[in-house]
Amino acid sequence: MVTRFLADTATLTGRSMKHVTRSPDTIITTAVMPIAIMLLFVYVFGGAIDTGPEAASGSYVDYMLPGVLLITVAMGVSYTAFRLFTDVQGGIFDRFDSMPIARSSALWAHVLTSLAANLTSLVLVVGVALLMGFQTGAGGLDWLAVAGVLVLFTLALTWVAVVAGLSARTVEGASVFSYPLIFLPFVSSAFVPTTSMPGPVRWFAENQPVTSIVDTVRALFAGRPVDGSTWTALAWCVGILVLAHAFAMVTYRRKSA
Amino acid sequence: MSIAPAADPAIRVQGLRKAYGELGVLRGVGFEVARGSIFALLGSNGAGKTTAVRILSTLLRADSGTASVNGFDVATRPGRVRESISLTGQFAAVDGILTGRENLVLVARLRHLRNPGRVADELLARFSLDGAGGRKASTYSGGMRRRLDIAMSLIGNPSIVFLDEPTTGLDPQARIEVWRSVQEMARGGTTVLLTTQHLQEAEELADRIAILHRGRILVEGTLEDLRRLLPPARVEHVEKQPSLEDVFLALVGEDGVDEVGVDDGAGEVGGGERAAGSGTRGRR
Repeated sequence: MVTRFLADTATLTGRSMKHVTRSPDTIITTAVMPIAIMLLFVYVFGGAIDTGPEAASGSYVDYMLPGVLLITVAMGVSYTAFRLFTDVQGGIFDRFDSMPIARSSALWAHVLTSLAANLTSLVLVVGVALLMGFQTGAGGLDWLAVAGVLVLFTLALTWVAVVAGLSARTVEGASVFSYPLIFLPFVSSAFVPTTSMPGPVRWFAENQPVTSIVDTVRALFAGRPVDGSTWTALAWCVGILVLAHAFAMVTYRRKSA
Repeated sequence: MSIAPAADPAIRVQGLRKAYGELGVLRGVGFEVARGSIFALLGSNGAGKTTAVRILSTLLRADSGTASVNGFDVATRPGRVRESISLTGQFAAVDGILTGRENLVLVARLRHLRNPGRVADELLARFSLDGAGGRKASTYSGGMRRRLDIAMSLIGNPSIVFLDEPTTGLDPQARIEVWRSVQEMARGGTTVLLTTQHLQEAEELADRIAILHRGRILVEGTLEDLRRLLPPARVEHVEKQPSLEDVFLALVGEDGVDEVGVDDGAGEVGGGERAAGSGTRGRR
């Protein structure tokens, strides 16, 4: 049963990966927007932004890269929802569901494809950041930890995208869920310190998931020891992941009700 | 593949009901399909044909009633049903980004066949797609997509095939090509349940026909049975006018114009005449 699930998931992942490799523009457009935001903030706004003593030693690109990486993932998962939606609409999912293949293999294939596509986009964005003078004292383990946090974040948002892709009625509906996700980092510690924000906004910024994730990645890049925000960040990621996964499975089953 | 006792019908449906809110789509549908036969569910849009097929192919749960496919109940043993069937949905469910051959290999892999590449090549040849196997399926014409779709459904030799409006949206040549594929399937011993809104299609292909209307089966039987329901034929003198379809097919020829492989053209024309000759000519 397990080997069957793995074999079917591998076959279907190979198939949806072809959708990515045959339209590499999806990876590029995923990376272009975050790169544009990075250029804009570093070369236009950056000179006027006071990031406070915490980040005084580094350059602004060091400060804002973690937030840009999260925006990249939020952009990328909208393609996941789009690909899933097209499969459901085109009847390919009906074909898979009426075949003797392992249940949920079709969903996992999209999730793994999403992970691979997003990691590629993230590598592109980090590459551009390095060209722009991004510096880090992070060692191998720190990089591994950053990758781990980003993988967890990508998986969490991907399952949200699965819910959107399965339940959408139009193409636009399938990808519109990602707009607030793209916007969320702007109301967090990603671009300016939250201490500069007025009361209620600051409260929101400090208690929404992005801030703790950004703070964790920033600390890892700076080579600082991780603190309480790491646990908050992991709790948010795992929480969203578990909830979205459960919701996706219910949505998937309800299709046959 | 599990074989139920041969006397069992391939499909048995009793008192099947399905409603969406207030709207009753199936209101007590029952029929049986004998093994190796072609059975047509004939009905207009909204009659409940697709809903019935979706329930039989385990994609949808019925509200009440029972349905068994190859001897397995669709509600309690969906896994065994899926091993026995293949579904060709209303819209050609091919992956446009993959090539025709890759589509076939994909399904062969999912059916855990030993040699997916060889299976794909055989089917490409059998459905006269061998010239187009390396092209993205999104570049195919409607008829070619449908043939690829049907070829995908035959992988792994399912004993029962569901075809939901297999010729809707196809031009006359493509429709004849699909008919030929269906007849070939049945000759190979496959049980075929097809839905259609084309009277002529049911007449042409089906061993037995059920007319589904507003969620109920009005009549069921062979074409002869159904003919006997109306007063017997009277002899009248009617000037035989060619139908527009006769004219169209005579002008453009019946071998598919979207063919890439021309090498098998001779066989196609022959088959086309057989398929069209018994049905479309000289009846009006």
